[in-house]
Amino acid sequence: MSPNLVLVVVIGVLSAAGVTLLLERSLTRVVLGVILLGNAANLLILVAGRAGGAPIVGVTPEGEMSDPLPQAMVLTAIVITLGMTAFLLAMAYRSWLLLGHDEVQDDLEDRRIVERALADEAQNAADRGDDAGDGDPDDAVASAAAFGTVGRNA
Amino acid sequence: MTYLVPLPVVLPLLGAALTLMLARRPRAQRAISVAVLAVTFAVALALLVAAHRHGPQVVAVGGWPAPLGIVLVADQLAALMLVVSTAVTLCVLLYSIGEGRADGDEGTPIAIYHPSYLILTAGVTNAFLSGDLFNLYVGFEILLAASFVLLTLGGTEVRIRAGTTYVVVSLLSSVIFLVAIGLVYAATGTLNLAQLAGRLDALPDDLRLVLQLMLLLAFGIKAAVFPLSAWLPDSYPTAPAPVTAVFAGLLTKVGVYAIIRTETLLFPGGRVADGLMVVALLTMVVGILGAVAQSDIKRMLSFTLISHIGYLIFGVALTTVAGLASAIYYVVHHITIQTTLFLATGLVERRGGSTNLERLGGLARIAPVLAVLFFLPALNLAGIPPFSGFLGKLGLLQAGVAVGGWLAWAVVAGGTLTSLLTLYAVMRVWNLAFWRKPPPDFPDAPPAPTDPGAAPADPALAPGAVAGPSSAPVDPAPPRSAPGPAAVPARSTAAVAAAAPSPRSAPADEPSRRSAPGVPPADAASTERSAGPVAAEPTPPLMVGATLALVVLGLALTLVAGPLFDVSTGAAHDLTDRVPYIDAILSPEGVR
Repeated sequence: MSPNLVLVVVIGVLSAAGVTLLLERSLTRVVLGVILLGNAANLLILVAGRAGGAPIVGVTPEGEMSDPLPQAMVLTAIVITLGMTAFLLAMAYRSWLLLGHDEVQDDLEDRRIVERALADEAQNAADRGDDAGDGDPDDAVASAAAFGTVGRNA
Repeated sequence: MTYLVPLPVVLPLLGAALTLMLARRPRAQRAISVAVLAVTFAVALALLVAAHRHGPQVVAVGGWPAPLGIVLVADQLAALMLVVSTAVTLCVLLYSIGEGRADGDEGTPIAIYHPSYLILTAGVTNAFLSGDLFNLYVGFEILLAASFVLLTLGGTEVRIRAGTTYVVVSLLSSVIFLVAIGLVYAATGTLNLAQLAGRLDALPDDLRLVLQLMLLLAFGIKAAVFPLSAWLPDSYPTAPAPVTAVFAGLLTKVGVYAIIRTETLLFPGGRVADGLMVVALLTMVVGILGAVAQSDIKRMLSFTLISHIGYLIFGVALTTVAGLASAIYYVVHHITIQTTLFLATGLVERRGGSTNLERLGGLARIAPVLAVLFFLPALNLAGIPPFSGFLGKLGLLQAGVAVGGWLAWAVVAGGTLTSLLTLYAVMRVWNLAFWRKPPPDFPDAPPAPTDPGAAPADPALAPGAVAGPSSAPVDPAPPRSAPGPAAVPARSTAAVAAAAPSPRSAPADEPSRRSAPGVPPADAASTERSAGPVAAEPTPPLMVGATLALVVLGLALTLVAGPLFDVSTGAAHDLTDRVPYIDAILSPEGVR
């Protein structure tokens, strides 16, 4: 059995678009990406089964029946994707209510580390400009101070 | 006995429906949840005994015979996981009931909590019992949907942010799993695990490898194996303490269980064993290095959680009976201990108003019982000799040495290093949070460090309160600035019937909800901590009791290590043998 080429191409396009959208910051686009990816997966399962007539004994000869199992699975998967999409949408809405946007923020700790690194870098640059000689003790004090401010700001 | 097999899935689902209908009656909700989980625990125990004595217990759902219909299978591995997971969920439920009672039900939609929690349990048990790849997927989705709700409980800003990471990563892993299912079905025409075992053997090697890697990728994200683990420390620590505890204990282990099941039953022979070894080593070392660098207890524990998943993957990668048996024992140990530590951390947060090590101190003297509750599981996690962590690690390392080869030796060395670094990480917490002098503005700190007699004994954390709640000592705390009535109803919760909520003005913000009144929210207002002594409210005995029960369970794993290793070795034999599982499902006499 060879799979239908049109379906295979559609699956490829859907997953490519879905992954691209999933990499976005905005939750709304992430939702769209999840939907596209979910549909790509559903189509893939559908392709996995055999195409043919309705799988009812007495209606279709046994050799020409389609495979009903993938269709049952796809139904389940569609329902699950629907529920998950609803939850994601609710979260996007909640984020919009709280923050005024639905962009996914960086992790708090990550942001703290980036701030710390930036502060260190600025301090180092200043030190080099002032006096290249007395690096170490000043640096330690400066970074400790930077650490303190960042910690308190967070 | 087979009529028992579906009960661990059905009972929590029915319980969830009932608790949802009784949303306006918190006491009935609590009673139903506890009863359901207690019965589920008993059923799981019976299943373990039956599986150990008579082999795998199989039920064909709906009466459709095996290859056509869906089967639920309780073999020794599944039954053992069921017993541990239901025991842990029961303890965490009691803990959260204690917490909810003390804090009142304001601030969080508690009506949603119990149904979600029971559905989560149903998803976990369904994943363990599933004998069908698609049913495993459904189990995963059930537990994920419930975990989404629990993680974003209350919908505060921090939780929405953390929840977003978790939800998107989980959905991605689900889609990968679904695609893998589609590919497996296209290649073999079945999803029944027993039938798959035979049909996958007949496939060309490269196709098998693709299917195996797809499934491993999906389960690896769920299990938080190293390159796929970055989502975990970002999302877990923000949830309420009991939720984090049950997530840490169970959800990643469901992924590990799926890896064990598919690697042994569907893809035996260890074709990717070397890759798994490398991944295990990286998971251990990178995870524990992250843990060492943290200044927050919850984040530190999240990183040790990732790190110790490496041990489990190592056991799977060894593909020997000894390796698998030790990995199974280690799963049991790790579920219990990791949950206990997160619960103890919840108590620390309650007592100290924060989980940040820079703001904690002196807890060993202020709250000695809490100190013990943290110290024992911490040593257990690090693998100090009499405890179960030592036994599990020793078993794994011995199995690794028995296999030999430079890669196995490298992982053995990495495992030893990880164990030592774990000890360093937890002892750092111990030194900073419990052992050093408390910071001056610490809640309930002794007025002068030279006057130990003035250290107020916390009623609930004093030793007498745990032994018998009725013997709660008279509170000598002079600097208690909480409104007088607050202490009285909270202490009277020792009596089981008392359900009086403590009179607290409900702060909507989450961090301030669990910290003492007067203590500013841990994260939001760290700049301006109010100076001067502030009172911490007593910890509810039920919370302490639930944590204590888990500590005792963790210690008991040492006492019953012999029988437990028997069971896990039996389970490992069955797994590597494959025949008992397949026969029980496919041959008619297997259905007893």
